[in-house]
This record gives sequence, C-alpha cells and structure tokens, in this order.
Amino acid sequence: MIHFVLLISRQGKVRLTKWYSPYSQKERTKVIRELSGVILTRGPKLCNFVEWKGYKVVYKRYASLYFCMCIDQEDNELEILEIIHHYVEILDRYFGSVCELDLIFNFHKAYYILDELLIAGELQEPSKKTVARLISAQDSLVETAKEQRSTISNIIAQATK
Amino acid sequence: MAGGVSSSSYYSSSIMETLFQRTLEDLIKGLRLQLIGESAFVSKAIEEIRREVKSTDPHTKSTALQKLSYLASLHFHDMSWAAFHVVEVMSSSRFSHKRIGYHAASLSFHDDTPVLLLITNQLRKDLASTNEFEVSLALECLSRISTPDLARDLTPEIFTLLSTTKIFVRKKAISVVLRVFAKYPDAVRVCFKRLVENLDNSDPQILAAVVGVFCELASQDPGSYLPLAPEFYRILVDSKNNWVLIKVLKIFAKLAPLEPRLAKRVVEPICDHMRRTGAKSLMFECIRTVVSSFSEYESAVKLAVVKIRELLVDDDPNLKYLGLQALSVIAPKHLWAVLENKEVVIKWLSDEDPNIKLECLRLVMAMVSESNVVEISRVLVTYSLKSDPGFCNEILGSILCTCSRNAYEIIVDFDWYVSLLGEMSRIPHCQKGDEIENQLIDMGMRVKDVRPELLQVARGLLIDPALLGNPFLHRILAAAAWVSGEYIEFSRNPFELMEALLQPRTSLLPLSVRAVYIHSAFKVLIFCLHSYILQSESMTSSFPDNLVLGVSELVLKRNMLEGSDLTTCEAPSAHCSEGFNPSNQSYEDLSIENGGDRTINHGQTSTPAFSENIFTYDSIINLINQVELALGPFTGSHDAEVFERTRHILCFIELIKGEITECLVQKGKTLESEEMKASKIIKLISDAFSEELGPVSVSAQQRVPIPEGLLLKENLDDLETICADFQVPASNLFSLGSPYYGEEVGVSPFGLQNKEESEPSNEATSLLTEHRKLHGLYYLAPEKNEIVGNDYPPANEPKLQVNPKNDTEDLVKLTVQSLATNKKPNHAKTRPVVVKLDEGDLVTITAKRPETKDDLVSGAVREVLVGSDTRTATSQRNPSDKSSSKRSKRKGKEKLNVDCSELKENLGDSEKLKHENPSSRKNKHSINGKERRHKSTGKIGEEGEENGQKGKQKSSHRHARHKASHRADAPLNVVSQTPVIPDFLL
Repeated sequence: MIHFVLLISRQGKVRLTKWYSPYSQKERTKVIRELSGVILTRGPKLCNFVEWKGYKVVYKRYASLYFCMCIDQEDNELEILEIIHHYVEILDRYFGSVCELDLIFNFHKAYYILDELLIAGELQEPSKKTVARLISAQDSLVETAKEQRSTISNIIAQATK
Repeated sequence: MAGGVSSSSYYSSSIMETLFQRTLEDLIKGLRLQLIGESAFVSKAIEEIRREVKSTDPHTKSTALQKLSYLASLHFHDMSWAAFHVVEVMSSSRFSHKRIGYHAASLSFHDDTPVLLLITNQLRKDLASTNEFEVSLALECLSRISTPDLARDLTPEIFTLLSTTKIFVRKKAISVVLRVFAKYPDAVRVCFKRLVENLDNSDPQILAAVVGVFCELASQDPGSYLPLAPEFYRILVDSKNNWVLIKVLKIFAKLAPLEPRLAKRVVEPICDHMRRTGAKSLMFECIRTVVSSFSEYESAVKLAVVKIRELLVDDDPNLKYLGLQALSVIAPKHLWAVLENKEVVIKWLSDEDPNIKLECLRLVMAMVSESNVVEISRVLVTYSLKSDPGFCNEILGSILCTCSRNAYEIIVDFDWYVSLLGEMSRIPHCQKGDEIENQLIDMGMRVKDVRPELLQVARGLLIDPALLGNPFLHRILAAAAWVSGEYIEFSRNPFELMEALLQPRTSLLPLSVRAVYIHSAFKVLIFCLHSYILQSESMTSSFPDNLVLGVSELVLKRNMLEGSDLTTCEAPSAHCSEGFNPSNQSYEDLSIENGGDRTINHGQTSTPAFSENIFTYDSIINLINQVELALGPFTGSHDAEVFERTRHILCFIELIKGEITECLVQKGKTLESEEMKASKIIKLISDAFSEELGPVSVSAQQRVPIPEGLLLKENLDDLETICADFQVPASNLFSLGSPYYGEEVGVSPFGLQNKEESEPSNEATSLLTEHRKLHGLYYLAPEKNEIVGNDYPPANEPKLQVNPKNDTEDLVKLTVQSLATNKKPNHAKTRPVVVKLDEGDLVTITAKRPETKDDLVSGAVREVLVGSDTRTATSQRNPSDKSSSKRSKRKGKEKLNVDCSELKENLGDSEKLKHENPSSRKNKHSINGKERRHKSTGKIGEEGEENGQKGKQKSSHRHARHKASHRADAPLNVVSQTPVIPDFLL
C-alpha cells in the first residue's frame, strides 16, 4: 500500500501531503525533511526509486514539482509511477495544463482529486474520466450552495433572522 | 432589550466577519507576499482563525477551518486544539462545509483525539446518507482515523455498503474494510462473506478494490486465503485489467509457496501474461512473482531471465534498476541467471546512479566463488580506487563481508587474501579499519599457514611511516603490531620490525594502540634474545639436546599463546579443561613438527633469516639500548596500559642486561666450558619466556613438561581464585601473561636476581588489579573486544561452545592445507553464528510487526473460510455456505428452500466426511470444493461434464436433486474416495 503522498517543489517547499499510515506531526516534518534531502539532490537521469528505511519511495518530477509516494518493499514500483502519472494527468485535465501555482492556490482541490484517486493507500479509480466526472459533480454541489448563500440579501436575511 | 442589543451587535460582528473574512486564497497570497516573516504571519493568521472558528456562521467557521488545515498540512502547524470545531463543521448539513470538516478530520485526528467519541453518530448518519458523496466523505475519513471503537460501532453500516448498488460507494467501502478489519478483527465475521462475494463482481472497479484488499490481507497471512485460490485463478486468467492482475500476481506470489499444486497450475498463466503483456509494470510483476515464488519451475525462470535481460539492456534507468533487483532475488537459487548477465552487471557497476551501482555490487558479490574470488576482488579493489569515498567503502565492505563469510569459506589462498587486506588498508578512502583489524587477527589465530604472509603484510604496514597519520588505519596498525609480536618467529629481520614498532611517529597513535605496539616490541625483544642465545649455544656446543630443548622452549611459547587464545574463547564455558586437553595433544604433535621446521631453518636454509651475523652481540646490545631509549619517556605516561607495559619491558631489560654481557664475556673466555653456562642462560631466558607467557591456563600448563624447579602451579591456583570472579577478564588474564611477570618472579624460587625486582613486581601486581577493572584496555583487547563486541551478547554462548573443536580443526587441518575439508567444520562456528544472529533479528522484526493484529484478523478469516472447530467438517461447510449465499443472490426466490436443504445436506456430508476421512488436509479440500463449485456455477456445460466425470468416478452420491446438492456433494465424495487428487485442483 501507499503510506504517504508528498508533493515537494524543487526548492523544497511542500505543496501537498497525504498520509495513509499514522504519522505524528513531528514524524511528518522529519520524514519530509529527510526525503526532500534525498530526492531533490538526485540527478535527472537516475532511476525514480529510493530505498528508505525499509520502504521504497517512488518519485517523479513534473516541471518544478516532485511527486513522491512511499510504498512497501514488495509493491510494484512501476505501478506507482503509473499512478503518479495518472494523478498528474487528472490534475492537468482539471486545471487545464496544471502548473505549480494551481496547486498552491487550490491545495484543497488537489486533495479532493487525490481522494477520488486513492483510498486507504490503494488505487480506487483507474479511469481518468470517472475521476473528472466525480470531481465536477462535487464541485457543482458546492457551487450551487455557494451561490445561494453569497448573495447579500441572503447574508442580511441570515443576520437578521 | 439589552439582550436584543447585544444579539444584534453579535450578528453585526458576524456579518462583518463574514464579509471581510480572509479566504483561503487570501491567506495563501498573503503568505507568499508577507513582509513580516513567515512564522510571524502564520501566527497572526492562526490568531485570526482562532477567533473566526468560534463564529456561529457555518461559512465563516468552515473557511477558518480550511485555512487552518492548510497551515497544518503544509506548514505543519498544530491543529489539535481545533478538534471540536472540526466535529462541528463535519456535522454541517451543507456538503461544502462537510467536506472541509472531513478533510480536516482525516488530516488531524489520530487515535488519541478525545472528540473521536463524538463523531460515531455523525459518521453513521453520513454512511447511511442518500448523497453518495457524503457517504464517500465518511468512508474516506473512516479509512484514515478508524479506531477499534469506531470500527466496531460502524461495522453494520460498512456491511450494508459492501453490497450497495452504487458502485462509487461500494468500491470505497471495500477498500475501507481493510482498515476496519485491522482495528476490529471481529468485523471479519460479519463482512468477510460479502467481501468474497465481490470477487465475482463484473465491475472492474469493484474487482480492483476487492483484489487490492485481498492482496493486503494475504501479504500478512497468506495461509488463510488458500481456499479462495480458485477465485483468484479465475481473475488471473480472465481479467484484462493490469491493475487487477498485478494485485492477483502478488497474491499468488504469497500463496504459491504454501501449496505446490497451486503453483503448478498458476505458473503457466503467469508465463502467458509475461509473454503477452505490453505493460512493463505487469511484466515486471510477473518476473518478480516467478523469481520469488516459482523459482523451481525451470521454464518459467528461463522466460523470466530472458525478460530480465530485456530490462537490463533498456535505456530507462528504472527498468535497469528493477532488472537488477529481480536478478538479486533469483541469485541465491539460480546463479546462472546472474552469470549470464555478467557483462551487463559489471558494466552498470560504473553507472552514474548510486542505487544501480549498489545493486550491481550486490550481484557481483553474489557471483563470487572459490574460483573467481581472486579475480573479482582485484577488479573491485582497483575500481574502488577510482570511485567516490562512499561507494569505495561499500565495495570494500562487501568484499570483506563476502570473503569472511562462514569463516572464510570461499578463500583458498589465504596468503593472497591477507595481502589483499594489506592493499585495502592503503586505499585512501578506506574506513573499514575495524573490520580489517578483526580479520587480520582472526586469521592469524585460525589459519596457521598464513602466519608468515600475515607477518609480511603486518611488516609492510608497520614500517610505512605515512600510514600512522591516518586515523582510520589505527585499528589496522594495532592488528599489525599484534601480529608482528605474535608471529615474530617468521620474520626475516626482527630488528627492522623493532624499529618500526618504536619509530617516533608512533606518537600519532592513540594510547590504546601504543600499548599494543609496546607489548609487541617486548615480544620481539624476547624473541631476539632467545634466538641469540640458542644460536650461540648451537654454535658452541655440539649438544643436540640443548638445541632441541631450546626449540621446544620456543615452541612451547607458541603453544601457550595459542593455548591462551583458546582459553580466552573457552574460559566461561564449563568444560574448559576437557575441551582443551584432547586438543592439546595435537599441539604437542604440531609443536614437534614446528620444531623440526625451525631446526631446519636454523641449520640450513636460514642463512638470511637467522644467520649468525644478525644476532650478534652488538646487534643485541643495540637492540636493547634502542628499546630502552625509545621507551624511556613512557615511564611517565598517564595511561595505565602504556605505563605498565613500558615498566615491564624496561624491568626486564634491567634484569637481563647484566646476564647477557656476562655470558658473552664468559663465552669469549672459555669456549669449552660453556655447557654449564649455556644451559643456565637458556633456563634463565626460558624462565623469562615462561614468565611472560607462563600463566596461560592451568590445564595448558599441565600438559607442558614443567621446567625443573619452576613452580607455576601454586601461583596459578592463586590467580585462578582471583580470576574466578571475572568471566570476561579471564580472557585478558590468560592472553596477557606479562602482567604476572613481576609476581611470578617474586615468588618463583628460580627467580632472577630479585633485589630490584621486588619493587616493580609490587607495582605490577597493583597495576594488575587495576587492569582487571579496565579490562577493555588490555593488550590483546583490540581483537578480543572486537570479537566480543561483534556477537555480544547472544552469540557468546554458541560461539564458545563450538570453539574448542573448531580451533583444533583449524590447526590440524590447515597445516595440511586441507581448506576444502576445513570449510565445512568452520561453518559451524563464529561466523555463521553472527550471520544467523542478524538474520534472526530481521526475521523477528519483520515477523513481529504484522503478527499481533493479523493473528486476530487471519484467525477470524480462517474461522470464516475454514472454520476453527472440527476443522475438517467446517472447512467444507463454510465455503458451501458462502456459495449458497452467492447463489442465493442470483437465484432470488429459491433462496430459502435451497439454503435450508443444502445446509442440512452439507452438515450431513461433512459429518460423513469426518468419519471417512479425518486425516485429509483441509485446505486442499476446500480448494477442491471451491474450484468445482466455481466451474460449475460459471459454466453449466462444464458442469454437466463434471457430473459425468463424477458419475464415472463412482461415488454413490445422492440422486441429483438440484444443482446445489451436486455442487456440495461433488467435492465431498471425491474427497472421501481419495485424499489427494491433484487434478481437481484448479
């Protein structure tokens, strides 16, 4: 299974973290510090796998972002690479040629998309289309609610009720 | 009125908050543009959030929470204080808020979060919601924060969701079930059947999810899932989905080793996939499955090796790396696979990727054998000179480790290996000093034949002043010094060694190493003196007895040393003396042999070695002066070890100096009457020798012809009682020898001129006690400690037990240079024990982790699948239950009747089975049963066939009522007939 997912920028800034195994806040910072030290220093033409504390970390760089996933020893590295690529493609489709800034300002959406892709450290949805459809359905659910409440009259009505 | 005012102002503040609240985007922008420093900005934002999150307006609250979770997840700000607000937002009726709440919860909640108790009902409500997105939120959250309580309370809801018609929800529920099982194993009893039913689902997403769950479950305890093998097999054959196939392969990789017949069935489809698939991930998974679990199937392995080859020559470093990994998995069983790809592996040894290099190194080391170790090591050592320090040490480490494995199993030419160690020591980046030190000393003790070469290597290291400056080499130098003192008799030029040991640059060494140097110098000195005496004797006297005596004396010394080594190892073991006595016999023989060699040395060939011109009067006097001069300053040393050793050597010199000159003078005067004098001197010196080496061990002493008038025993008994308290120091006491020298002299009636001696002797004894306390600093401590340190504490016992045998073997067999035979016996000693230790540790670590909980889970699974009581019976009953429920879904109305009748029948059957065939293996049965049922449910035509088969096969089974009974019967009858029917498996 996947133990955690990290998105780290080339400068070492964390863009997204998702933990499927229990890690305390302290451990999380430590893990990120250690891993970004290992991964960011690796050259461009090296393999995408790093052995780390009995686990394997599969990472791939897209533009300025490193997508890292930590898996068990017996998991399939190539499969994880495909999952990463999958995720990037879905992000790309959702944001329309995604860039780091998109993820910075829509960090919650990146989470929601990831949640549709993975659950409990396993891939749950191999179809890009389905993920896109599910996300847009949830978005519209939110949008309608927002429209309802964001009118001034609504606010005033609420305040004076 | 007042209330109205306050409430309106309250509302207005709420409006203000709502209207002017910073959104998440504002926060992120602000954070990027802040001028006041990030931490200051964040703490300001947190303050704001703390205020906002208390707002009654759900929107304000949820926005605040969203900002907080942003800070928590990316800036690792603690948000546990907001746990209650998270619960509030979770319970909001709006989806947008709920989503934020759930996200925050899965981010920040953990087992100890107190508010977890409050969310059970909320989760239950959301799990039962009609909005599938709400259900999915709750499921996701549960997968992350589930606790035993939550898992227990929500099991019914999960159970319902496992068969919901909404695919979107069901697949999530399936994935979450894994976490529920982990926390609350009893849930298995409730949910497992439904989970298994989902294996039959045609929807690819459901299938992917459920196979993923079984993959995780099976990785923890494969045995329990053997009964499901037919289902997995069907998926393996039918599925076109690579994600699913990869998981199924993983399951089979776990199941196959448990059931050889299953492996036989499965190996073909796996090879098919390997041949056909275009997806590298699937291909690699096939390869890995084959190399790890199907390594006894030649054809499959061959195919896998072909595919590995493809990976190895690929440009993609990922594939290269994975290919190498697969090779290293298969290396222990099919070394030919590695050898076939030798060139590639060696080529990638110089890859730019350190991970790939490391894998290659492992593979290269796997290829090492008796025949090629020399060549490979040479190549690697040369290569290590060119590589970066880190990798250089990796190389050296793996060479050392491979060569020393199983007590130097693969080494035939020890001379070569010793000189290789010497070479390694000189590699600039070498940081393996400790390991090299260990091996040098270890070999010296174990391998008798290598000692001359060992001495040469040690000499090379010692006389090179440049090496003294490298702190990584100090341990090695200590070993070299020890070797040079210990095996000085092999030296061609002891004076040179003495010079090396006393060179001024030794001041760069740490004191513990200096102590070794000093003591080695002492040994060298004694050796020179003794040789001198012997030599002059043999020159002047025609008495062969003297020579023989002298030689045997020398040999005696050696024996004692060895004896001391032995006893150090043995000391704590109870049968110390028994262990030693028989072996001593062989020493005796050896000593004679050795003695013979030496006489030859003296007499004939030794012209350069011990020729008269080396041990001249002048040279000896020079030597003594040199020692005195070099060691003089150390009498003021603060280090007890150095100080004491210096005292010993200086006192000794003081003692003999007069004698030597006297002897010389006499010899010069009366060449004829030296017989008396010479023997006297021999006794004198041999006294000195035995004083130095004498107190080896009581039992060793018994075996040795005691020189006239030498009263060793009482003293030793004395010491024995003292030493009895110290188990570990015992080793040091024995090997040390020299510290007793003073005492010895003081008591022994044959003692030398005692006037000056009495003082140092007291000093020595007092220091001796000090020593016992500081045994870590003992002279032989470097190697002794190392050994102890290596396998301490658990290896201690086994090692000690095997050692006596082993050392004798070493000595006896290695002298004959029968390394081949030596290998095996050596096997059973120190090395293997150490190795086993490591492996054992690993195993326990890895095994322990899953055990605790999985025992529960797998226990429950077994119960469901196989049944725990009356195992044979239930093993049959339960799967059929399952199948009946499966069928019941399909066959809507019949359900009740069928179930009842079938159940009864099954019960009857299983009872029958119990009587007829109690000893048959349950797993296979259930596989059989399941398999048959499967085929039959799957294809009716086939079923007919089967029925026919069944009929042919005999079995007076019941009349065909309906299919159900057939299905239930078929396996049972078959089983009762013949316990093992391989053909029915799959």
